[in-house]
Amino acid sequence: MKAVCWEGTNKVQVETVPDPKIINPRDAIVKITSTAICGSDLHLYDGYNPTMKPGDILGHEFMGEIVELGSAFKNGNVHNNGKSLAVGDRVVVPFTISCGSCFFCNRDLWSLCDNSNPNAWMAEQMMGHSPSGLFGYSHLTGGYAGGQAEYARVPFADVGLFKIPNGLSDDQVLFFTDIFPTGYMAAENCDIQSGDTVAIWGCGPVGQFAIRSAFMLGAGRVIAIDRVPERLQMAKDGGAEVLNYEEIEVGEALSEMTGGLGPDSVMDAVGMEAHGMGLEGFYDKAKQAVRLETDRPNVLRQAIVACRKGGTVSVPGVYTGFVDKMPMGAFMNKGLTMKTGQTHVHRYLQTLLDHVQNGNIDPSFVITHRLPLEQAPHGYEIFKHKKDNCIKIVLKPGQTV
Amino acid sequence: MSKPISVRKTLTINRPVAELYRFWHNFEALPHFMKHLKEVKVYDDKRSHWITSGPLDSTIEWDAEIIEDRDNELIAWRSVAGADVDHSGVVRFRPTPNDRGTEVNVVTEYNPPAGAIGDAIAKLFGESPDQQLGDDLRRFKMLMETGEIATTEGQPKGHS
Repeated sequence: MKAVCWEGTNKVQVETVPDPKIINPRDAIVKITSTAICGSDLHLYDGYNPTMKPGDILGHEFMGEIVELGSAFKNGNVHNNGKSLAVGDRVVVPFTISCGSCFFCNRDLWSLCDNSNPNAWMAEQMMGHSPSGLFGYSHLTGGYAGGQAEYARVPFADVGLFKIPNGLSDDQVLFFTDIFPTGYMAAENCDIQSGDTVAIWGCGPVGQFAIRSAFMLGAGRVIAIDRVPERLQMAKDGGAEVLNYEEIEVGEALSEMTGGLGPDSVMDAVGMEAHGMGLEGFYDKAKQAVRLETDRPNVLRQAIVACRKGGTVSVPGVYTGFVDKMPMGAFMNKGLTMKTGQTHVHRYLQTLLDHVQNGNIDPSFVITHRLPLEQAPHGYEIFKHKKDNCIKIVLKPGQTV
Repeated sequence: MSKPISVRKTLTINRPVAELYRFWHNFEALPHFMKHLKEVKVYDDKRSHWITSGPLDSTIEWDAEIIEDRDNELIAWRSVAGADVDHSGVVRFRPTPNDRGTEVNVVTEYNPPAGAIGDAIAKLFGESPDQQLGDDLRRFKMLMETGEIATTEGQPKGHS
């Protein structure tokens, strides 16, 4: 089959690789009909994850049709939340791999699954404990082959695969795999009270879904911060007030817009490759370049300082290592709460499907590009450099160039 | 001269004590989750024969016996006197106080002899015995909690 492989920093390539096969009893093989490039794939593309290996298949936002099921399904040992799975079913695949029976899965903390990361020891050495396995997201989280390919093997398919009812297009449900629940959980993590003001740094795809989710969860105002005009426009279309951080001092503006109080909650939807301004930005870039600091936390610092006293800091943005100069004094003395984590995708699937079916949101609004799988290398380039007004790319396996 | 290697690990497994005790007690099933163990043959209630993979496709074998066995509590074993390998281990099972399953604690010890076998064992267990036991115990947890062991062995990858 054809698959998008990571070859090194700033290099991906479509290669012909062997088709995946069933390895464990609860596996499924999915023939992929749509697969997206995620902002977090750019962290890998940019070379910020030291546990990538050349030849690794990328991609963790994919959906398609079940073409094969493991032996556990034949024995009738497994149930998909009471619903059976069958070859031919149309499904979306959560990017987090979860067993469904450990302490964490039992508590709805799916991205913290104890049993899906075969390389848990790597994460444990760095973090004390390991998160769940993830598709196509480095060996630290399992080294699972990803879904920017024609086929993928899905472990614990009985727990992960989510059947899609007839009448919904791929474009409407593809983002259930990651960015929609990620934006939704990030908004939920803001602890929004009716009428609250939420400030969101980053108007990439996750930020866009967070804006719309914040309104669905009762926010009165959302203030979105970015510098890319088309992203700010899309945020505006979603009902947000917008700030361009290259034109305006964000901290002052937020204070001004909230009567000096500050936003009730703040969100870092950027993560470890934030663009810092001025001396502070230079400091982090220099330290990151020599690996004294792995992650650049410019947004996080600014968000903590801007947040109103007693407010909540939500962090959907990805960090993998260490950050420097955290304004811990502000965080502590202002009595803030921080909520974060990889997304518990499985927790939100039914809720989000209901929102789509009720017409509250059509997730396809975020798509700016549809490309054949073969054009993935071009896709990574325009997405990374935000060329051609690129915000979200969907790759279509099997489509001709 | 090789030094004795002693490691201990504890993990909480979300299954009842009796089930875990029963599975472990069948030594012939241990190779399912102990990566370097190729085969265990049980002779009788007490004695068994262990075969592990060594460096360069070699194997290392020894006889072991159960030295203590308390139902749903602990199993302790050690290699018999005169075996090439001086090995002992004990696994303890204890229900968690808060209904989270069972705390499983394993302590193993090897006293590699001098010479080739000693070197082989030191090599096998010497790099990171702690991680090896940790990984074995994690695989036991995966098998007990999910019925399978998470792996990516055999999946496709690119050529480069």
